[in-house]
Amino acid sequence: MDLIVDNASTYLDGFAVTARLTAYSAVAALAVGLVMAALRIAPLRSLRVVAAAYVEVLRNTPLTLVFFFMVLVAPQFGILPPLGFWTAVACLALYTSAFVAEAVRSGINGVGVGQAEAARSIGLTFGQVLREVVLPQAVRSTVPPLINVLIALTKNTSVAAGFAVVELVGTGRRLSTANAGDPWVLVGVAVCYLVITIPMGLLATSLERRVAFAR
Amino acid sequence: MMGDGVEDGTTARAGAPLVVLSGVNKHFGRLHVLVDVDLVVHRGEVVVVIGPSGSGKSTLCRVINRLEPADSGTVTVDGVPVPAEGKALARLRADVGMVFQQFNLFAHKTVLENVTLGPVKARRTRRADAEAEAMRLLERVGVADQAHKLPAQLSGGQQQRVAIARALAMHPKVILFDEPTSALDPEMINEVLDVMVALARDGMTMVVVTHEMGFARRAADRVVFMDGGRIVEQASPEEFFTAPRSDRARDFLSAILTH
Ligand SMILES: Nc1ncnc2c1ncn2[C@@H]1O[C@H](COP(=O)(O)OP(=O)(O)OP(=O)(O)O)[C@@H](O)[C@H]1O
Ligand SMILES: [Mg+2]
Repeated sequence: MDLIVDNASTYLDGFAVTARLTAYSAVAALAVGLVMAALRIAPLRSLRVVAAAYVEVLRNTPLTLVFFFMVLVAPQFGILPPLGFWTAVACLALYTSAFVAEAVRSGINGVGVGQAEAARSIGLTFGQVLREVVLPQAVRSTVPPLINVLIALTKNTSVAAGFAVVELVGTGRRLSTANAGDPWVLVGVAVCYLVITIPMGLLATSLERRVAFAR
Repeated sequence: MMGDGVEDGTTARAGAPLVVLSGVNKHFGRLHVLVDVDLVVHRGEVVVVIGPSGSGKSTLCRVINRLEPADSGTVTVDGVPVPAEGKALARLRADVGMVFQQFNLFAHKTVLENVTLGPVKARRTRRADAEAEAMRLLERVGVADQAHKLPAQLSGGQQQRVAIARALAMHPKVILFDEPTSALDPEMINEVLDVMVALARDGMTMVVVTHEMGFARRAADRVVFMDGGRIVEQASPEEFFTAPRSDRARDFLSAILTH
């Protein structure tokens, strides 16, 4: 226990990196995922096919493989370094956006087709139908599953430890080496994750209950 | 005499052609749902579409505003071919009202917002103007006192009258009704039909899929009988209900009359 308190500032550094990884990846994943979900129901078949392929490929690829792939491919475009914080954000965001797209799509499917048909019938364009009628209703049932996606993202940030980003798990590994493998080190790491994920889980549960009431 | 006019789709009150379907075909997979359908609806005319379940009545309505695209043939509204997609199609739909069996009011919006959404977003009407007009329309269909409730708080009959007000708010050239009273409890059917009869009297062009023969007799200029995706027979309500020409119409009528 003392060990955790003594190394509080080291933990805090790792925690900060994990929190930032989660936050940036979450924002990017939500944006990309929302677009992909919209494309999956677009009136043009080609757009639907592209979006479906994007989602299925990323959703069914191990995250580690996405990282390895980025390490090989990123330098060729010369924008991102093969390793580092922003490369990790890109991988996590790409991977997570597929799950976001699925959560949003199932929320959209939960809105009856009649709603969209009525909206089209009064002359709204595709974008207006989504903005005014479908998405506001879909969001209610989408938020709880989205929070679960973000909880998974929080834990998935640990994969970045294997790619030279010193976040919580990376920090834990260093402390562990320095302290002869004391298992309490890892308890400290776990607690840090729980600080992020447990409030999210509680939020999801309470929202789920409120959505259930609104029906 | 009138029967002769009905043959080629003209009736006493008829103005110029407004909705014209010619040679329209529609398949769902291998199912041929509309077979070479020709139909002319004139300005100010009320056409009732009747026929057995699965005969293509809903699909006929839905190809007019292209909720279902036709496979072949042409559909024109007020002389303009219905555009395939995009903003042009949205503009055309603004001119063609639709009232659904299941009402389909926007569940997350109040009654008033349901009626103003189209005018504000599709017609770019100022919100204050749209609200004033919406209140007038809600008054007209008798649900003004429910304006600030959500649809789920209203009875089916009230919801359907709101749906009619929502369609009217767009000042449509024609309104399509797809079995507007079929999902209603019996005691609510008349409050909706009364609104529709009043609309017909005011000269609204209407295509109405319904089995309510009372409505057909009171308000229709013409009855179109469909079976197996074809228009089998067209006649004035009087003629159709008393002396249907086709065997299929006769069978259908005797089936629904004995129920
Ligand atoms: N989206 C669809 N996909 C596949 N088949 C469909 C679809 N919509 C309708 N059909 C089929 O097409 C046929 C005609 O349907 P339609 O809804 O136009 O009939 P209807 O005359 O309105 O019947 P009802 O009185 O039951 O409403 C039916 O056999 C129906 O099952
Ligand atoms: Mg039908």
